[in-house]
Amino acid sequence: MSNEIEAIKDPGLPAHVHRQADTDPVAEKRAERQVAILFLISALGTVLFIFAYYFIPEDVFFFFPVLGNTNAHQLFLGLGLAMALFFIGAAAIHWAKTLMPDEEVIAMRHTLRSDDEDRDALVATVKERAGAAGLGRRSLIKRSMGLSLGLIGLSPLILLRDLGPLPGDDLTKTSWKAGTRLVTDPGDRPIRPEDLEVGAVAQVLPEHVGKERRHLSDIAKDAVLLIRLRPEEFQLSSERLSWTYDGIIAFSKICSHMGCAVALYEQTTKHLLCPCHQSTFDVPRAAKVIFGPSARALPQLAITVDSEGYLIAQKPFSEPVGPSFWERSS
Amino acid sequence: MTARERVAGTVANYVDERTGAAKWMKKNLTKVFPDHWSFLLGEIVLYSFIILLLSGTFLTFWYDPSQREVIYDGSYVPLQGLHMSAAYASTLHISFEIRGGMLMRQIHHWAALIFMAGMVVHLMRVYFTGAFRKPREFNWIIGVGLLTLGIVEGFLGYSLPDDLLSGTGIRIAEAIIQALPVVGSYLAFFAFGGAFPGEAFIPRIFTVHILLLPGIFLALITVHLMLVWYQKHTQWPGPGRTEKNVVGYPLMPAYMAKAGGFFFIVFGVTAFLGAVASINPIWLYGPYNPGQVSAGSQPDWYMGWLDGLVRMAPPLETYLFGYTISWNILIPGLIIPGILFTGLALYPFIESWITGDKREHHLLDRPRNVPNRTALGVMSLTFMLVALINGGNDIIATTFSLSINQVMWFSRIGIIILPPIAFVITKRICLSLQRADRELVLHGRETGRLLMLPHGEFVEVHEPISPELAWKLTAHEQAPALALEDVDARGVRRAGGLKNKLRKRMSQANAESIAKPTANDLKEIEHH
Ligand code: HEM
Ligand code: FES
Repeated sequence: MSNEIEAIKDPGLPAHVHRQADTDPVAEKRAERQVAILFLISALGTVLFIFAYYFIPEDVFFFFPVLGNTNAHQLFLGLGLAMALFFIGAAAIHWAKTLMPDEEVIAMRHTLRSDDEDRDALVATVKERAGAAGLGRRSLIKRSMGLSLGLIGLSPLILLRDLGPLPGDDLTKTSWKAGTRLVTDPGDRPIRPEDLEVGAVAQVLPEHVGKERRHLSDIAKDAVLLIRLRPEEFQLSSERLSWTYDGIIAFSKICSHMGCAVALYEQTTKHLLCPCHQSTFDVPRAAKVIFGPSARALPQLAITVDSEGYLIAQKPFSEPVGPSFWERSS
Repeated sequence: MTARERVAGTVANYVDERTGAAKWMKKNLTKVFPDHWSFLLGEIVLYSFIILLLSGTFLTFWYDPSQREVIYDGSYVPLQGLHMSAAYASTLHISFEIRGGMLMRQIHHWAALIFMAGMVVHLMRVYFTGAFRKPREFNWIIGVGLLTLGIVEGFLGYSLPDDLLSGTGIRIAEAIIQALPVVGSYLAFFAFGGAFPGEAFIPRIFTVHILLLPGIFLALITVHLMLVWYQKHTQWPGPGRTEKNVVGYPLMPAYMAKAGGFFFIVFGVTAFLGAVASINPIWLYGPYNPGQVSAGSQPDWYMGWLDGLVRMAPPLETYLFGYTISWNILIPGLIIPGILFTGLALYPFIESWITGDKREHHLLDRPRNVPNRTALGVMSLTFMLVALINGGNDIIATTFSLSINQVMWFSRIGIIILPPIAFVITKRICLSLQRADRELVLHGRETGRLLMLPHGEFVEVHEPISPELAWKLTAHEQAPALALEDVDARGVRRAGGLKNKLRKRMSQANAESIAKPTANDLKEIEHH
């Protein structure tokens, strides 16, 4: 191509320009002093670090502009360390830049590819050695070796089997049963419909019997939100309406998207919002998804009151709560 | 011989007789390294990894990787008496009772952010300058592996304190595992040792976070650096620099002092951030409880784009023969990241397929001289940026008093139309920069001085540029598009015609450029 032939010429590496410190002894001495000072600042940093560690009490707070209320011990410990480290670096680099040789040099690259002779020799060796081992011929050995290696590869997988139990029906079941009382979380007190005003929200859990503390893995499925509307505000099928009690409707609090706790209730719009990815559920319409990535309404828990007037579950959840999984049927 | 030389000599002799290291050392102490600020980015990553090892080891002395429930009785008053995991309690203990513990936690977290940011910027430098081309494809792939594992490592570390924020992150990770078709719920139960959250997960990820992944990092980083050493560093084009040489400073002493000094600078800056910039104040979030959540929860930024994609996904789920496929989780959580990272890893091979260029390259490209690659890079970054912005859609909505709806729809539409727009604009900018380079070489630099010609016209005086600069601006090669025939010599359509056509189209787009000035052009101008 004519372009290449008549390209602009490479003028070659420019001549080296000497620095001041290379030629002027005064500048050299000055640079030397500067490097030493930088090292000394670093040493001071370590002294500050040690001082802060031993002598600044840990409960002293003071106001520092920009940072606000600051812990003196932690601040000066950190600043001392930062100073000690940073100025070692600054000294070394200043030293390199002013006093160490700074002449650019040229080194040649060599091609990475091996010579043809070496490559041919390698191929010949491999062929000859492999031939001697009979790799090509002994197909019985080759196949049985393949089998044994393949099988032994399974053993780590076998060994990992005990990492956990099989899911069984764990993902589809919660602690809610017919007649389980709703209790406040926190507090574990049973509640009556009168405890909730119109517009109010409460987080509840199934009443917990036994002395053992509640497992987090139970809360991860059992958490329920109660919301009280005026009964005429519901837009529900008659079945779903029968799951509410006197304007109180109960939903699983575990987001049907990826399982965060659906925590924000907007009273004016009657929307429930999940803070994780903003899936928004319309409470009067059985927590139908009106915005965001969730594909399913929050499961509704059928509730009523028992003979003592406390809120209870009519029956277990009619579908699995929480995020989707393969075996879920709808 | 001084006494000191004698001692050094004895030691050196002892080592060399047992290792033969002298020969290697002699050659490598004067190894030449080209100098440029952008070559420091990889060093930042290396140094922050070392800082992570040091600060992380310190944290392990007190951190208790256990989800056993304890009642907090430490010195942080607002949480006293609360039930929490031993992991959370021990992180509070490190923060409030161990002197320097808070500092080390903050240094560790800042170093993690710098580690990830350093990798991303280092990757961008390698990409935009074409440093991934033959023979450096292996290092490119190792780098993509490190980036991917870095995201995992960071996520696991973020999860260790077991506060409300990080527990929510684990919940989301669990949901992604659970959404996998066929095996999802099984894998989730294996990973968590039963139902979420259980008591097995934190101890398990602790082993992965401090042993398994750091070990893999160490191995990959070692290979990465050995390859850099052996293949020699790339260099920018410039006077005296060719594909066959390296121009720079010998390792000893100046380069060693600079690199070693730079480690301390990075460590110092990280320590400074740890001292003054509070990060991840876990005591404010409280212990994890699956029934609670904190509003405005945010992952670290290197996970933010994933979160943003998940947030903008359409609410799609398929129910088939009694089984569920959650597209709203699989597409943003696995499929798109899978495509992105596979594409990233394969890019060097795709480019060399398009250009048909199988030669070694040691001189870097100025991004403007490779408009297509540069535009593709900016396009991908735009995609990630829109995703990242959507990851903070709630925060953006409240800060700019928009509705979440508006931000979400901006992102949903933006992620589709903004990247192509970014491509077109970047390509145009590259071409006009090439034009500007051509002008500069041919007509010199504008001086701002005006000159009146005899007939009264004013012209601006242009000053010719130095031969060094002229060379730098014209040193790149401008390869023509591949000449690919759709039909072979006998007029028969080739097999794989569509693939061929695609390659031809891309090759043509790739070759689009402003002709660089030649010596002839310059001579011609002088004659006028
Ligand atoms: C290589 C990349 C690494 C990354 C990206 C990383 C990232 C993180 C992050 C973001 C945290 C949360 C810190 C917090 O805010 O408390 C963390 C915690 C932790 N990391 Fe790492 N880390 C890395 C390597 C290591 C290594 C090598 C060790 C130990 C040998 C380690 C030990 C720990 C420990 C013990 C914690 C929990 C203690 C605490 O949270 O206070 N990390 N890590
Ligand atoms: S977890 Fe609720 S929206 Fe994603």
